[in-house]
Amino acid sequence: MNKKKKMTLATKRAIVGLLFLSPWIIGFLAFYVRSLIMSIQFSLNTVNIDTANGGYTLTFNGIKNFIYAFAEHGSFSQTLVLSLQDILIDVPLIVFFSLFMAMLMNKKFRGRTLVRAIFFLPVIMNSEAIISAIDVIRDLMMGGLSATSGAMSDAASSGVNMDYYIALFGELALPDSLLNYIVGAVGRINDIISASGVQIVIFIAALQSIPSSLYEVAKIEGATGYETFWKVTFPMVMPHIITNIVYTVVDSFVNSDIVTMAYETAFLQQNWGLSAAMSLITTVIVCLILGVVCGFIQKRTFYYN
Amino acid sequence: MQLVQDYKAKMQSLKEDKRFANDRRKAVRVSKKFILGLFKAVVLIGISYLILSPLIGMVSNSFFSDTDRYNPMVYLFPANPTLERYQTSIKVLKYGKILFTTMLYDLSLMAIQLVVCSLVGYGFARFDFPFKKLLFGCVVVMIVLPVNTIMLPLYMTFRNFGPLNLLSTPVPMFIMTVFGCGLRSGLYIYIFNQFFRGLPKEIEEAAFVDGAGMFYTYSRIMLANAMPSVITVSIFSLVWQYNDTFYARMFTMDANTLLSMKISSFTSTISNSFNIVDPTILKLYTYAGVILMILPVMIVYILLQRQFIEGVERSGIVG
Repeated sequence: MNKKKKMTLATKRAIVGLLFLSPWIIGFLAFYVRSLIMSIQFSLNTVNIDTANGGYTLTFNGIKNFIYAFAEHGSFSQTLVLSLQDILIDVPLIVFFSLFMAMLMNKKFRGRTLVRAIFFLPVIMNSEAIISAIDVIRDLMMGGLSATSGAMSDAASSGVNMDYYIALFGELALPDSLLNYIVGAVGRINDIISASGVQIVIFIAALQSIPSSLYEVAKIEGATGYETFWKVTFPMVMPHIITNIVYTVVDSFVNSDIVTMAYETAFLQQNWGLSAAMSLITTVIVCLILGVVCGFIQKRTFYYN
Repeated sequence: MQLVQDYKAKMQSLKEDKRFANDRRKAVRVSKKFILGLFKAVVLIGISYLILSPLIGMVSNSFFSDTDRYNPMVYLFPANPTLERYQTSIKVLKYGKILFTTMLYDLSLMAIQLVVCSLVGYGFARFDFPFKKLLFGCVVVMIVLPVNTIMLPLYMTFRNFGPLNLLSTPVPMFIMTVFGCGLRSGLYIYIFNQFFRGLPKEIEEAAFVDGAGMFYTYSRIMLANAMPSVITVSIFSLVWQYNDTFYARMFTMDANTLLSMKISSFTSTISNSFNIVDPTILKLYTYAGVILMILPVMIVYILLQRQFIEGVERSGIVG
């Protein structure tokens, strides 16, 4: 009797829970699952859009679209490799930069609220619309007659020869590739800052969730700040590093050249089948990268709870 | 006697030595703290400047008059400030009208996102049902999957929505949002789920014992406790929806109803309608337009900023 009553309550709760989810389940099936299936279907066909009626006809051509994308398309494989390379270079930079900034901003100091507000600004400013509006004017300036005066006043020339200082570090026998990486990173500091607003916020939250007793113990045992970071802070924020890596990869992927190319193939060149194939290839590759990276880190992750 | 004096002197020197050691330790500590603080201030101020400098440049440039623009002596502070850029931009953008339609669109989508995503997040957080893990995996897929993969089918779906062509209307976005598949809905569901899981179960049980139904518990008790995450999601949703051009372009929205679409073509509009060919002057107008676009979100953000930062920290976005 008792057991039966318990069962019904559990079933009732399950039903109510599914009821809570129902709008999303319908949406997911209708928009995501169906669209994914259609995408796969498009990629295996030549798609002809009937612009007058809005319908389309499919002609099956197997994996020709995939072969075309890799073997014959002028710049697909090149752009794909470059985009992936950009993502792989940027992700560690963004993650470590935002971790560093979060640690700086975690402690109490005067004007903390203001600084945090400023660091979230890029999320607002990083609008595609604003960027494209400014790009238009930049292109005009570059090509325009008055390009010289405008470009001169815009270029912030500080009169410092950076190459000299870079060469100076080269004298210290730092490996060339590492040097180039760091110089490249400093050159793109603006991109990195503007891409790490959300990550900084997530890391600040992560740092604040570390119990202070761990730091007390470390202090009593005589650990230095350096040791405390690697033995306490770093392992404790590890799960959030995964969250941030996923967010960063997805974010930079959505803004990458390869996605733009797939978009243009579809909407400018009307080659829908090829575009679907491109999208699928890139998505599968990114998901694989995410899976490998997360799997790799997950094994080394320490979960407190 | 000598012995006592010797002893006294020795004690004195020892005492001084100790005080000196203390002073030294203190000096080291203070200077260490000072250097660290200085380093921190330099880094934070430097990077803040990097973030703010384009904004400062845009704001000051947007007040430049033509003569200021051509005068190489003028830097940051205009000699003859003018509001002409703003007056023209407001006229060209039909600012009041477009801001109203944009805000109406974004705020109503935000409200729907809040209701739907919190419902789904609550469902995931508090109820047990078969295939729960699989379904939550689907939420993660939604976060990870780039929209461009499915943009083609979505475009088709709404182009031939039954007998209707829903493109160029706001309807597709509303339909998708109502069914929990709007702009970054997956992320919001994730945030709400994490937050509800962190709330104590006792409140709910108390409500249940008092005879509240499950929907009543959700709307009156859980949502009221989830204010930080509600604020987080509403800001994220408002900002991202306001800035979105991807969905707007995909559904070929009318550029006269959305500020983000209007601003992309703003420069050429100004150039054509006022016959301005000098790009350096056009740039001033573009900056004024961009600032007009940023301004409303900026005001909302500054008002909610404090609560927002705290909200993110408490809302368990970090999992």
